[in-house]
Amino acid sequence: MADLMHALVLQGGQMFLVLVLAPLLMGVVRRIKARLQRRRGADLLQPYYDLWKLLRKEVVPAENASRFYRIAPYVIFAAIWVAAALVPTFASGLMFNWSADLIVIVGLLATARFTLALAGMDVGTSFGGIGASREMMIAVFAEPAMLMVVFTLSMLAHSTQLSAIADYLILQPVGLRISLGLTLVTFTIVLLAENARIPVDNPATHLELTMVHEAMLLEYSGRHLALLEFAAAIKLLLYVSIFICLFFPFGMATGAPAAAAILVGVLLYLLKLGIGGSLLALGESAVAKMRVFRLGEFLGMAFVLGLLAVLLLFVTRGVRG
Amino acid sequence: MNLALDIAHLLAGGLVVISFVLLYQTRLVSLLDSYVAHAVILGCAVGWQAISQHEPALYVTALLALVVKAGVIPLALRRIVRKLNIHREVDQVVSVGLTMLAGTGLTALSVLVMLPVTIHESSIAREDLMFALAVVLLGLLMMTTRRNAVSEIVGFMSLENGLVLAATGAKGMPLVVEISVVLSILIAIFVIATFLFHIREQFETMDVQALDRFRGDLHG
Repeated sequence: MADLMHALVLQGGQMFLVLVLAPLLMGVVRRIKARLQRRRGADLLQPYYDLWKLLRKEVVPAENASRFYRIAPYVIFAAIWVAAALVPTFASGLMFNWSADLIVIVGLLATARFTLALAGMDVGTSFGGIGASREMMIAVFAEPAMLMVVFTLSMLAHSTQLSAIADYLILQPVGLRISLGLTLVTFTIVLLAENARIPVDNPATHLELTMVHEAMLLEYSGRHLALLEFAAAIKLLLYVSIFICLFFPFGMATGAPAAAAILVGVLLYLLKLGIGGSLLALGESAVAKMRVFRLGEFLGMAFVLGLLAVLLLFVTRGVRG
Repeated sequence: MNLALDIAHLLAGGLVVISFVLLYQTRLVSLLDSYVAHAVILGCAVGWQAISQHEPALYVTALLALVVKAGVIPLALRRIVRKLNIHREVDQVVSVGLTMLAGTGLTALSVLVMLPVTIHESSIAREDLMFALAVVLLGLLMMTTRRNAVSEIVGFMSLENGLVLAATGAKGMPLVVEISVVLSILIAIFVIATFLFHIREQFETMDVQALDRFRGDLHG
């Protein structure tokens, strides 16, 4: 009974940790980008204030909005939150980590994306339609690349479970693998594409012909908008967490951990999140946004690199038995 | 884990990856930069072979790769590109996505061909030979999908890098043969390059003038 309570507390802690940290990560990224542009930038806590303000505002739906339009933000938020709660962040042996299969997470995110694209088209404005069609185009290229990442890691760790992969990477000597480097690049590109970050989409603009993600949210207001923006923040945290879990899981508490190991895990996780956010801001400041028509090439390259990673791993298998 | 094998794998695999980068680059100047990376990785791979095989002769090959291929040739090509005023040119015949997919197919092909053939060799030699074949095939692919002479020369030289990788992976190649082969190929490239560019220079100037007349009509 005490064990169950312990597991529940840890799992619940993880669920709320991602919820609490997500806007902060967003704030850190925005702040660093602002500093790099020699602006002072908004407060680190600004995303929380924004969400709080939006939550208290009235919802003004479009006249022809269907019921689906009202349900969509809740569905999207729920799917992304569940996915984020499952990913091992500070410990790999949490209660529901067994269900954190990479393919399940890809599926949850695909559900959220599908719902968002439908909601974008629901009101029938041209911006929503453009955003939805571009989002689906990006998804068509990004998802196969993501699956290549999944294949490579599951071939390496003999499992598609995130916690098993993290355990494998922590406990087994993996050695120098070019495949891991290639999947790192592939996953980085997928991360940028899925979170509407700079070479693919610009998260800071509104009312531009190039926008993708913001175009679908254009009609939303009040608590619906708050939920969708919150979901976007959690999604960024989720991807950075998967990145940490797959490529830098070191220091994560494994098995049935002691309190000290968990504390170390949490602190290291926060540190890694900070580094990840800073790198993201740096990268975004260094490159320019790409034309929409070049996205196919960019994401196609990610796919080919992923495929190459699988191939090279296959070779290593073949050669070393 | 076998560190020697891992590093050899990393460097040889890196060479294949840079070959893909070469296929992806359509701008001539960036293409030359990527070729420098190709040559540097080749130099490191050969150097690592020299260390792990205790073969001092291979150091010479590595040095040749680093100095001549990563230094002299790209510099010369860059000068030519700038002189011909084509450093902003984008060279693309087949779409990048298709080329990359074809490249992946060729890499898979070289895996399927090389692994069964070399079954009695050591793992380092097997991996090296396989990656070398992939680099050679990717170089050929590059030569067939590009129209610009500079890109074709870069493709040819990346192909030659693959040959060097194969030669160093297999033990027992005499140093004299190796150096003379490498040197003669390098000299051949120089001759071909200058030859091509002298011809091109003559026709290009005429061509550009002819094109300029039409360009004004099209876009003006």
